[in-house]
Amino acid sequence: MLPLFSILLILWLMLNASLAPDVLILGLVTALVIAGLFRGSLSPLTEFKATPAALRAAPLYLLYFLKELVRSNLRLANVVLSPSLPLNPGIVKVRTRLTSRMGRLLLASSITLTPGTLTVALQGEWLYVHWVRVDHDDIDGATASIVAGFERYLEVMYG
Amino acid sequence: MDASLYAVTPLNLLGALLLVLGAAFLLLGGLGLVRMPDVFNRIQAGTKATTLGTLLSLAGMGCLRPDWGLKLLLIGLFILFTNPLSSQVLARAAHRVGLKKSPLTQVDRLAEDTGEAP
Repeated sequence: MLPLFSILLILWLMLNASLAPDVLILGLVTALVIAGLFRGSLSPLTEFKATPAALRAAPLYLLYFLKELVRSNLRLANVVLSPSLPLNPGIVKVRTRLTSRMGRLLLASSITLTPGTLTVALQGEWLYVHWVRVDHDDIDGATASIVAGFERYLEVMYG
Repeated sequence: MDASLYAVTPLNLLGALLLVLGAAFLLLGGLGLVRMPDVFNRIQAGTKATTLGTLLSLAGMGCLRPDWGLKLLLIGLFILFTNPLSSQVLARAAHRVGLKKSPLTQVDRLAEDTGEAP
């Protein structure tokens, strides 16, 4: 409950850009009520391991993610602008070593925003990923090229 | 009319450049929606292009109006967290109801494992 409460309060203060008492009190009460209503749900701080290694991995993860997002768009541009539309789509199955719920959620979302891949389903440790150009349709090959890059960081941050 | 937006300063030029880049990616995303053969490939084109396109537009706006920075950052975060999720839910629903996949499709492990319409 505390992670969601802190995030909501920080968002509220950023939106208002003020620490006036009335703003602060309204934010505190609202954040508390919402955090209470959604006790069981996830927030980016849920299960975050606040170790020095995790705090170092977080910005690296963000940088890696932005790099992959740009690469993803350039590749998409390349496909969309080719007259022949070079596609080789399919849904492959990959496995993740992550065990935390937030770690898996972030992994699924990261995969969706990176080159040619879209998470279609998440069942336990298995992810089903739609791939614009299937390079490997076996589990190990697909896992190595889709999951491994992000897992490196998320494992340290969430486990 | 805010005259400071039309002054030729390095920051304004960078902002304009980022806005144009963002618009270009959004255009490519739109082109992808038209050209891609089935719903899954369309979702792919839509998600990636709108995410980067919107983030670049927001960054460009941040250069033009630095005082909006904090709010633009928040909008960017909301987009980063919600865009992939909505795409995943759309894709899952499309697969569950058995929307037609492109004949180019190589494999579908999800259909093999769940028995949903191949």
